[in-house]
Amino acid sequence: MSQQPPPIEEQIEQARSPLSEAWEMFRRNHAAVAALVVLGLIVIGAIIGPFLYPTDPFEMVWAPFSPPGAEGFLLGTDYLGRDLMAMIINGARVSLIIGLAAAVVSIFIGVTIGALAGFYRGILEEILMRITEFFQVLPTLLFSMVIVALFGASLPMITLAIGIVSWTAVARITRAEFLRIRELEYVMASRASGVQNMKLMFRVILPNALPPIIVQSALMVGSAILFEAGLSFLGLTDPNVVSWGQIIGSNRQYILDASYTVTIPGLAIFVTVLAISLVGDGLNDALNPKLRSR
Amino acid sequence: MTFINTFATRVFYAIILLMAVLVLNFSLMHMAPGDVADTIAQSMGGADKEVLDAIRTDYGLDQPFLVQLGRYMGNVAQFDLGHSFFFNQPVTQLILERLPATLLLVISAQLLALFVGVVLGVYSARKPNGIVSHFVTFFALFGYSAPVFWTGILLLISFSLMIPILPVAGMRDVTIEGNFWVHFIDVARHLVLPMITLASIFLALYSRLSRATMMETLGSDYVRTAKAKGLSERQVVYKHALKNSLSPVITLAGLQFSAVVSGAVLVETVFSWPGLGTLAFQSIIARDTPTILGILFFSALVVIVGNLLTDLALRLVDPRVGGKG
Repeated sequence: MSQQPPPIEEQIEQARSPLSEAWEMFRRNHAAVAALVVLGLIVIGAIIGPFLYPTDPFEMVWAPFSPPGAEGFLLGTDYLGRDLMAMIINGARVSLIIGLAAAVVSIFIGVTIGALAGFYRGILEEILMRITEFFQVLPTLLFSMVIVALFGASLPMITLAIGIVSWTAVARITRAEFLRIRELEYVMASRASGVQNMKLMFRVILPNALPPIIVQSALMVGSAILFEAGLSFLGLTDPNVVSWGQIIGSNRQYILDASYTVTIPGLAIFVTVLAISLVGDGLNDALNPKLRSR
Repeated sequence: MTFINTFATRVFYAIILLMAVLVLNFSLMHMAPGDVADTIAQSMGGADKEVLDAIRTDYGLDQPFLVQLGRYMGNVAQFDLGHSFFFNQPVTQLILERLPATLLLVISAQLLALFVGVVLGVYSARKPNGIVSHFVTFFALFGYSAPVFWTGILLLISFSLMIPILPVAGMRDVTIEGNFWVHFIDVARHLVLPMITLASIFLALYSRLSRATMMETLGSDYVRTAKAKGLSERQVVYKHALKNSLSPVITLAGLQFSAVVSGAVLVETVFSWPGLGTLAFQSIIARDTPTILGILFFSALVVIVGNLLTDLALRLVDPRVGGKG
């Protein structure tokens, strides 16, 4: 029954696209696959949850501090008698949207600055990297607290505040990749054949610099969710929406009476960020060519 | 001599960074809606336009941006960060009162995270498949994914409320009287939970890195030579390998200072630790702009000094660092 492996020519013919190869590597990381499923469920819950469970998260529905399970409220009620289940479901939207949007902002800033610095080098690189260092010195959370406190706690402003303070790691990674790739032969060849700088940067170099940037981006979404949770825990959030951190912040005086109003939303943040970082781990396995040979 | 030279360059550069923070501070204050005149008017219960204009002239708010900026930087050079209308105190005084508590928390948490992190890292590098190694991996994920204020509240519920062995909040018990050591133990007892909470974020980071570098070092030639010479495993690990795997961990710890200060804001709020973080929280709720910006400046100062000290520590641990740094 033993079979000979197919000859090498056949293997080459069967070589899959980079995408399916990456998926193959990702699939081997079981924790990452499980995390992807959990994350998918959280996203679906955030999208359709409010329709399936239409209780208003701001409405007082029952006596305050009813423990989970009492009177049909699966997760109980908070200090104002609001349904914790409805708050968690509605809070998921805010946490996920801000996490994603803030990560997009910081990736956009980071990639632009890193790409310009790594591509043009010289005085521009010097200036841009000094700016990056400057942003690394400012304590991120305090800086975004200042921005939100001065310019108002609307959701776009919170997103911007998180994005503005957390792009430095992306900028450094992008610059390092650009420095490495710009010296490679195929870039030289494109340059010699007269490809313009903009095209060279974003069509030739950037696609090849993407793998570490993608892995970092996954982590950025997680840390942006934590960041938003921290800000709303401190009360720096739009008062008209529910978010997970804000539930913890507003209930924390009552941990003696109802510790679940703090532990449950915290668990929601923890599971979401954990799932994202495990998926990030899986992406690292899938996209990091150094690990493939192992 | 190169040592002193490069260090002087770093200090000079740090001063430039601080000045940049001031410019940023001032620009933010300038761009934000509402100014000092509005704040004063508000605390007087409202004022008409003439009074507002008079206040603006008084405080020089009608001057051009650059003139105002120059005056602001001049004031800061004399340790004057403005006046807090909410606390009715000079901002500098307010901050200096709170700074020691924050420094105590930040430094002790960093040291705890470094020490325990390196110990766990070294131990799990020697036994890569042991239980400690798995614990480190698990804890790294927890430290990265759990919101620090939640970790703090969980510890608070566990060790102050359910098993009441540690104080719930604050930095000292005002009812306690006694000599220095009584107060020392009192503060230490209050410090335990905030310190562990803050360290939990970074502990995992340090242990993972020190495990990785330690494993690399243990596989290198000179370690094999040392073993071949007949040195005991213990001597090889602690006298030879540890010293060389320490510097990446210290570098990482230096880079984390800004994150540690950020984490301290949340941890202080959870435990009502009377430091800059709680001050920031209070002044943001009170919309006390001069205090907020003063805190941003001082926390940047803490990070910059922290970076300089890390640099110094690196040079002490690893003589190869230095020269051109």
